[in-house]
Amino acid sequence: MDFLRPASWEEALAAKAEHPTAVPIAGGTDVMVEINFDHRRPEYLLDLTRVGDLYEWETGEDSVRLGASVPYTRIMENLRTELPGLALASHTVASPQIRNRGGVGGNLGTASPAGDAHPALLAAGAEVEAESVRGSRRIPIDAFYTGVKRNALAPDELIRAVHIDKADGPQQFSKVGTRNAMVIAVCAFGLALHPGTRTVRTGIGSAAPTPIRATAAEEFLNAALDEERLWDSGRSITPSVARQFAQLCSAACNPVDDVRGTARYRRHAVGVMARRTLMWTWESYRGNARTMEGAA
Amino acid sequence: MVHTSANGAPTRITQGAPTQGGIGESTLRPDGTLKVTGEFAYASDMWHEDMLWGQILRSTVAHAEIVSIDTSEALATPGVYAVLTYDDLPTEVRTYGLEIQDTPVLAHGRVRHHGEPVAVVAADHPETARRAAARIKVEYRDLPVITDEASATAPDAVLLHENRTDPHAAHVPHPNIVHRQPIIRGDVEQARGRADVIVEGEYVFGMQDQAFLGPESGLAVPAEDGGVDLYIATQWLHADLRQIAPVLGLPEDKIRMTLSGVGGAFGGREDLSMQIHACLLALRTGKPVKMVYNRFESFFGHVHRHPAKLYYEHGATHDGKLTHVKARIVLDGGAYASSSPAVVGNAASLGVGPYIVDDVDIEAVALYTNNPPCGAMRGFGAVQACFAYEAQMDKLAGRLGMDPVEFRRLNAMSQGSLMPTGQVVDSPAPVAELLRRVKAMPLPPEQQWLVAGEDADLRQLPGGLSNTTHGEGVVRGIGYAVGIKNVGFSEGFDDYSTARVRLEAVGGEPVATVHTAMAEVGQGGVTVHAQIARTELGVAQVTIRPADTQVGSAGSTSASRQTYVTGGAVKHACELVREQVLDRGRRMFGAHHPAWATAELLLEGGKVVTDGGEVLADLVDVLGDEAVEIEQEWRHRPTEPFDLRTGQGVGHVQYSFAAHRAVVEVDTDLGLVKVIELACAQDVGKALNPLSVTGQIQGGTTQGLGVAVMEEIIVDPKTAKVRNPSFTDYLIPTILDTPTIPVDVLELADDHAPYGLRGVGEAPTLSSTPAVLAAIRNATGLELNRTPVRPEHLTGA
Repeated sequence: MDFLRPASWEEALAAKAEHPTAVPIAGGTDVMVEINFDHRRPEYLLDLTRVGDLYEWETGEDSVRLGASVPYTRIMENLRTELPGLALASHTVASPQIRNRGGVGGNLGTASPAGDAHPALLAAGAEVEAESVRGSRRIPIDAFYTGVKRNALAPDELIRAVHIDKADGPQQFSKVGTRNAMVIAVCAFGLALHPGTRTVRTGIGSAAPTPIRATAAEEFLNAALDEERLWDSGRSITPSVARQFAQLCSAACNPVDDVRGTARYRRHAVGVMARRTLMWTWESYRGNARTMEGAA
Repeated sequence: MVHTSANGAPTRITQGAPTQGGIGESTLRPDGTLKVTGEFAYASDMWHEDMLWGQILRSTVAHAEIVSIDTSEALATPGVYAVLTYDDLPTEVRTYGLEIQDTPVLAHGRVRHHGEPVAVVAADHPETARRAAARIKVEYRDLPVITDEASATAPDAVLLHENRTDPHAAHVPHPNIVHRQPIIRGDVEQARGRADVIVEGEYVFGMQDQAFLGPESGLAVPAEDGGVDLYIATQWLHADLRQIAPVLGLPEDKIRMTLSGVGGAFGGREDLSMQIHACLLALRTGKPVKMVYNRFESFFGHVHRHPAKLYYEHGATHDGKLTHVKARIVLDGGAYASSSPAVVGNAASLGVGPYIVDDVDIEAVALYTNNPPCGAMRGFGAVQACFAYEAQMDKLAGRLGMDPVEFRRLNAMSQGSLMPTGQVVDSPAPVAELLRRVKAMPLPPEQQWLVAGEDADLRQLPGGLSNTTHGEGVVRGIGYAVGIKNVGFSEGFDDYSTARVRLEAVGGEPVATVHTAMAEVGQGGVTVHAQIARTELGVAQVTIRPADTQVGSAGSTSASRQTYVTGGAVKHACELVREQVLDRGRRMFGAHHPAWATAELLLEGGKVVTDGGEVLADLVDVLGDEAVEIEQEWRHRPTEPFDLRTGQGVGHVQYSFAAHRAVVEVDTDLGLVKVIELACAQDVGKALNPLSVTGQIQGGTTQGLGVAVMEEIIVDPKTAKVRNPSFTDYLIPTILDTPTIPVDVLELADDHAPYGLRGVGEAPTLSSTPAVLAAIRNATGLELNRTPVRPEHLTGA
């Protein structure tokens, strides 16, 4: 195994162009497990830890450009206001030690359906900034996950950053695991209210071959909120709407039975998390709306 | 202060000082600071100049004939020094085993479980060894897989072990049953007629792993005399030695074993792992060979707790008195016997629990299957039974409309009660009192996740920081359980320990040296031995020699026995040393003070004192230049085997009891559980080190919690292959899963035991699991007849 150590982003891109089979490694929290278990013997490891730019983030007017290697700990500590869904998801990643090393770039590179960041990225509507010596492009998160542990990156591309709109409404993230910490998701759910566009977006983890959105559930809920003018009135969501949303989220799943849980349970749990996160976010939105009315 | 005359005899007598750091004090572990700062050298840290690395090739299938093994490519790998298979074993002894010698050192013509050792490689780098092992070509021809009682005992079942000659072969109903032990007392058929209420239940106990954090490891160094020095993490050096020597074809004195740093055991190091393999490679290559399992291999490298199916019938009268218990306990022993026979004896003899029942009919069996071999783990057969009989007790209480604690108290055994084996419980058995105490403890506040003016404290809720509930769907449940565990090796086993104690003057100070072969696996024996020596010999300084085979056997660090038995041996050796010292003192100074002849003399604070506290001499003056050293074996009261037909017999040395109250919050929509508190009351006879006692109880409690809500090795029922051999998917409790564990320690002396002590380590592992299950049942109203409970069992989804 050859260990490539580029000193800069440009060198990293050049190395990836020269060795397209090279596996990028930053925090190593996924890659090293695979290597230690001998599940994977890459010909080249491309060490990105010397590319300092990847550990930085910029908060712009409307969005955050999050470097691929920014550790989860930093997201939890520094981006709770801008990226509340991702901050909540970051908090559920493994243990403090692993959160100090792992970042969103690794989750995206591995593209496991169990990656904790995915539901939050889907719900927020992120874009992945991918780059190669041929140039840079932004891949919408909806088009990023292409199969089980497969993504839309070309063999010569590396993930440089993720662009995520700053939250314009409440966001939530829930994850079911069979212990109360340091656990791989049995299933997970992310939900973001976007009052600016009057839309709701979702993300589901570990309940289908790839991370997915519950598109039909979103469409149903968007229509129901619109029809009942709830965005304006700030009234509560009726139990029947919440129930149907939850059912549609369950229906969006295409889970398997494995050692971590049954397909049937995953479908059920996604429904429960969908209903709860909807109520939490909506009540928070209503509370904020009332506060704003009071202020006006 | 003592003034001495020219001949060393005291001229004036004043009060002596008490001995510090003796029994009953919470002295600190000698290895504690090293362990928490990461400085402690575990077996996996060992290093030797020019050493090679050993690697085992394990079977990829559970049951198959080995058609061929081709090692040529592995041998041709640069850096490889040796590749050994069954054919390379040096003597005719090619199997080993704790009770039955049925486990091949390397597979011969057949593999019987997933992960069985087939070949072993030595190379100059661990990675080279791994790659070379992967180049060994093994051709398997699949055999039908035996995975449960039905497939094991079918008339045409393939026999796991043909032509058995072990002591149990003659009495088992089928050759795929390792051992069968009935316990029959009274007349269950007749008693059933007196029962107003009868409850039945079928229970399933999943396969638990010991999950010790320091994986199997050792270093074998070939010696110039043709022998070998083995540094090893184990639970019983001399039992290892007895099994290793005949396979190597060496006399036992040519295999010098030294205990290396052990990172936990819990029963998982009772059987041999890589001991013989490392020695074989060292002797073959003439070089030191180190072997370390990684976590994946560790799951295949030791036995697990027997998974079990348990069928119970309990009867009671309207006023809540138990009439009878009928039970059948089927333990899956896997491919090799390990300690299955003794586990069967425990499950059967302790199968009723700590209750008075006159009419009992129990049958326990262990199967041979192609599942992973199972053997010793903390609680040893008593755990599985306790899970089932405590569920039954709750069921009965429910049917009788009685409080579950009061129902248990009404039937609780006490000193003088009769076990179903006919053995009289002849020391304190405060079962009712332990239950009363856990029930009387204050309950944690309701909804303690609510913090005034703030968001819910997620850490107090099911799901924790995974943010699955802010209180929605959460229901509290409370459950109780109590258990009974034997202490020490049972059924007539000669369960002795040896201690060598030396007392000498070093630099003007009296110093005791304690040398035993006791395996310190984390239980704190090294702390307690020093305390005993201080108390008995009145010295401040005690040196604990490393455990090795240069001293007699200390027996196993298991069965909650080391403080009792090796502690007893140290105490006994100290007493003999003290007698010699006092004799010497009498000879030297007897003429100077009449108390030498008339008083009861003690060693205290470095002095010889009378029982009245008068100082007669400095210990160093009595010792002079000549050390006193004694090595002695010590035995507890003998036991006897259980009758093979009726199970009657004085089979156990001592019983220990613990009770738990569990408080859980269950997210009833998602099926997630947060154990809020696990209160424990336990009788320990005498707490030699109260801090260690509390630690043992909290550790045992947590291990019981683990198998209640998460820990299970999942074996594919079609292939008998292990599906989750990693800490990614075999989950053990983290600190966020570990509740508050208030501990109430009783000290009711057992007059038969040293200092009145009672073994501590296992009893809390028994009652913890059923208490948590009872609490979850209380919260959900579900029957829950299997452990661990998984979320889908609670949601019906």
